[in-house]
Amino acid sequence: MEFEYRFQHKHILGMEELSSRDITFILDAAESFKEISQRPIKKVPTLRGKTVIHLFFEPSTRTRLSFEIAAKRMSADTFNISASTSSAKKGETLIDTAKNLASMNPDIIVIRHSSSGSPHLLAKHIRASVINAGDGTHEHPSQALLDMMTVREKKGRIAGLKIAIIGDISHSRVAHSNILGFTKMGAKVHVSGPATLIPAGIEQMGAIVCPRVADAVEDADVVMALRIQQERQLDPLLPTLREYASFFGINRSLMRAAKPDAIIMHPGPINRGVEMTTDVADGEQSVIMDQVTNGVAVRMALLYLIMGGDDR
Amino acid sequence: MTFRHTLLLRNGRIIDPANTIDEPGDLLVIDGMISQRGKAGSIACPPEAACIDLQGIWLVPGLIDMHVHLREPGEEYKETIASGTRTAAAGGFTAVACMPNTNPVNDNQSVTSFILTKAAAEGAARVYPVGAISKNSRGTELAEYGELKRAGAVAVSDDGRPVANSQLMRRALEYSGNHDLLVISHAEESSLSENGVMNEGPLSTRLGLRGIPTVAEEIMIYRDLALAEYVGRPIHIAHISTRESVDLIRRAKRKGCRVTAETAPHYFSLTEEAVGIYNTRAKMNPPLRRADDMAAIREGLRDGTIDAIATDHAPHSAMEKDVEFDQAANGIIGLETAVPLTLALVRENILTPARMIELLSLQPARILGVAGGTLTEGSPADITVIDPEKKFVYAKEDVVSKSCNSPFLGWEFTGRAVLTLVGGRITFDGLGQTEN
Repeated sequence: MEFEYRFQHKHILGMEELSSRDITFILDAAESFKEISQRPIKKVPTLRGKTVIHLFFEPSTRTRLSFEIAAKRMSADTFNISASTSSAKKGETLIDTAKNLASMNPDIIVIRHSSSGSPHLLAKHIRASVINAGDGTHEHPSQALLDMMTVREKKGRIAGLKIAIIGDISHSRVAHSNILGFTKMGAKVHVSGPATLIPAGIEQMGAIVCPRVADAVEDADVVMALRIQQERQLDPLLPTLREYASFFGINRSLMRAAKPDAIIMHPGPINRGVEMTTDVADGEQSVIMDQVTNGVAVRMALLYLIMGGDDR
Repeated sequence: MTFRHTLLLRNGRIIDPANTIDEPGDLLVIDGMISQRGKAGSIACPPEAACIDLQGIWLVPGLIDMHVHLREPGEEYKETIASGTRTAAAGGFTAVACMPNTNPVNDNQSVTSFILTKAAAEGAARVYPVGAISKNSRGTELAEYGELKRAGAVAVSDDGRPVANSQLMRRALEYSGNHDLLVISHAEESSLSENGVMNEGPLSTRLGLRGIPTVAEEIMIYRDLALAEYVGRPIHIAHISTRESVDLIRRAKRKGCRVTAETAPHYFSLTEEAVGIYNTRAKMNPPLRRADDMAAIREGLRDGTIDAIATDHAPHSAMEKDVEFDQAANGIIGLETAVPLTLALVRENILTPARMIELLSLQPARILGVAGGTLTEGSPADITVIDPEKKFVYAKEDVVSKSCNSPFLGWEFTGRAVLTLVGGRITFDGLGQTEN
């Protein structure tokens, strides 16, 4: 006997907290919201009178814009705060910042922060709902959800697919959330990249590690390249970007190992010629722009659902 | 404080490993010294003496914590010599060795003298200052060991940070010999641990936290063992936390190297899982490790590889701890929980009561070359009474330290110190004996 499902999450902190049922529910909601963005008048009154604060401690163009567009198309009032990363530097702790914002009664705080776990800290100290828009090298759940939405849209399903994620797995919150999310939905996630960028114990999150990129890509339904974050490297991880491109970059010849109808994804922004060649990034297998489009729909769904919008 | 010229502690279970004694007995304290020890009921209460019937609970030599941070001078908002030694007394400790990473660093005789003057005036425990290995603990020039020793330092360490330069460590080991100072190594290869905030492994990956690999500790232990052996000097390794560290020390001892080692109660009581959802009260350096490391630490305590239990009591205020995990300060307080956490190992039959007292009293005294660690007649009356069955909850309101950064808050414990005497003076009274 099945109980009636209800979406019960107040916060979206990571894919770790979401069940496959939750994920399916979010993706279904996102699909129905996608149509709004295609209307001549791209606005629904669903979140009228709700206040959404985008609290970004790290630079971001597309994620922040995507969240902001999503909130505005739902008629929420949105505010953006860019802050310097280190609480020590700015002289106010994250908890103080959060409490100050909370005193103005926002409904949702969307946070991006360079410290893993900062959304959890925020959620512990304030009443508003918290959405994690990327925390350190931990999670980026809305990115994983838009990736899963795109895959489901193109492949009709997620279960049983082979997903290859190539690149800097260590520093990628996108990879972490995707490994958790796709695995929960029944896909097999293979990861590959320089061994210096494959973190300890990633297998325990459900990933299968392939020392050779070709093995990860072989018969894959989805090939996802990750950004090489040149600014985040603390230790010697790579000899040169040139060497990375020739041994770990996605190109036409590597893609021949994948399924003929495989799709190519990238969370952006792309270092063209490094993670993938331009012909692959712009080729007919690429769904990179669909990912961006779906990002708005997924974020609309998240805003709607955590506001308790289960009564459509 | 109450001071009694004559005090009789009757009918305790006297555990004194220095004299291989574990039997019921009485202890008579006169003018701050242990004047007489006898079988239970054998010593009559002298007229006008206070007399405490211990009803069979443990009567042991005063506990000595050879690794604490008292934060004074410089960070008095976290702890002071007065509050830190009061905390020590409440945990059953009669003496502590305080690490030099104060502000200013204890790298010269003036700071050492300041600490000892303060301790004499306000301390509730004996304080043994540990001087710095290098000036300002910067790891480039040797500190003035002769003057540090003359002022009262018992050892040198750059604790809190490793001595990265191998040549400097070699020179420290050599030169410390001239002044008979023990070198205490904070073993960490910082190029491997840099920016790390918890143990490296599947959990650090899942939490997105930068890891500190176990080899960062082990490589440096190996270097320091090799250097100490090469120059023929003893060395003490602080706060070991990994399985391989225990094994390195075990093998060095078998070879006859003069090495001693300590671990902290959190390394035999908790694993990295205590980090949970970014709990900064489980953040320290070295970090909490995995279950097999914890098991190896326990075995090392049992088989004698590890010589001492030291708390690494490291007070921090909410300002340093109620922040993002990767920005939180390292360290937890430990003086008040060492006895109950070690008693848990006794109940699990890993340690005998006598071994526990060796680890917490006799060995630290021997390693540091200080008085205490025994209940021999004629010794100073540094005495701890432990009720191994007393249940208590370690609640935030009851914390004696100025800081409450403990992962054990809210834990229900069995067993604790109930009476602490330093030189015959009661420094902690959990029995209600201060009133006569």
